[in-house]
Amino acid sequence: MNKERALLGYVTRLGDNALVLGQRMVELVAAYPELEEELANANFALDYIGQARMFYTYAGELEGKGRGEDDFAFLRDENEFHNLLLLEQPNGHFGDSVARLVLFEAFYLAQLEALTRCRAERLAEIAARAEKEIRYHLRHNTQWLVRLGDGTDESHRRAQASVDELWRFTGEMFEADEIDTIVEKAYDGPNLGELRERWQADIEAILVNATLGRPEDGWMTSGGKAGRHTEHLGYMIAEMQYLQRSHPGASW
Amino acid sequence: MVTAAYSRDEILRWLGKVADPEIPVLSITDLGIVREVEIGERITVALSPTYSGCPATEVIENSVLQTLREHGIEDVEIRRVLSPPWTTDWISDEGRDKLRQYGIAPPERGAGKRALLRGERNVACPRCGATATELVSEFGSTACKASYRCSECLEPFEYFKCI
Repeated sequence: MNKERALLGYVTRLGDNALVLGQRMVELVAAYPELEEELANANFALDYIGQARMFYTYAGELEGKGRGEDDFAFLRDENEFHNLLLLEQPNGHFGDSVARLVLFEAFYLAQLEALTRCRAERLAEIAARAEKEIRYHLRHNTQWLVRLGDGTDESHRRAQASVDELWRFTGEMFEADEIDTIVEKAYDGPNLGELRERWQADIEAILVNATLGRPEDGWMTSGGKAGRHTEHLGYMIAEMQYLQRSHPGASW
Repeated sequence: MVTAAYSRDEILRWLGKVADPEIPVLSITDLGIVREVEIGERITVALSPTYSGCPATEVIENSVLQTLREHGIEDVEIRRVLSPPWTTDWISDEGRDKLRQYGIAPPERGAGKRALLRGERNVACPRCGATATELVSEFGSTACKASYRCSECLEPFEYFKCI
């Protein structure tokens, strides 16, 4: 794989992560139990969709086949999405959402910070924009995880169960494949080993604050980065792509 | 060349009348998102998005095109500039005054990471100026604002968050 192809794959994956998580959050719009969190979720979802648009537009330009953001979002099949499996899991309850966001955003923030220093200029620019937003998200979501973990017996029990349940999807974030390796070498991209150390330290500190236990690293589920998904993604994109699939080229 | 009939300052002055759709009291030049106006074969206006997903971005771009068209300039290119990323520090002093008069507390200067990580300090009430205020909700009517309440005059108000 040459470095241009690897960069295209990398940028598309970033777009897939942002879009799939953003779409999961969009599913919760108007479903939150209180107004502040309703607004927080909608605003955060909007950040992710906006980031996906920037990544996809850039990917389309790198690819050079005239595909734009909508082609990437609405006209690709399940196995062409290379997002992390963690992000496509169904929403579950509020604690599940919070746990997923904290686990992912502690990684994503470190990834974006590293990307602001990479030698793919446009990617570094998008990362600088996105990094500010994710820093804000993570601060907010961490406060919630602490509130749930260090809250009532019931909220503690459920927050711990959420973290335990999602833990097996976190290994995939740090599994370097050819794309990660080439982008690291050719563009000074992130080193996943370093990101892992930073993530573990950050997550362990958050879990201590939240009085939650750190799950053991057992068997980790992976495959999303290569297009092998859990059953949940297909349903999600079927709904997301329905309009563009039924009415190709529809616009308003 | 038709475009030579306009100066950069003139165009900037016209852009100074383009309102931000979410906070119409602010113009896009007050907001600090107009990064460059280049006069060449065509007019190029460089704009920075505020937030990645800000729904106002496209509305603003259309307003810029429309405003320039009203002044007889048809050949305009809008360029999105991401770097360096927009920060609330770029909101002009005039813009800050306008925000205050509009009832929105302007963002603290020196926004950056400190404000994001440690939260805001001493947000002054835009109505009575008191600094005894309390955060009601970190999220308000738009992504860029938080809701506060003044402990002196008891009025609720919005605060433009630092980013």
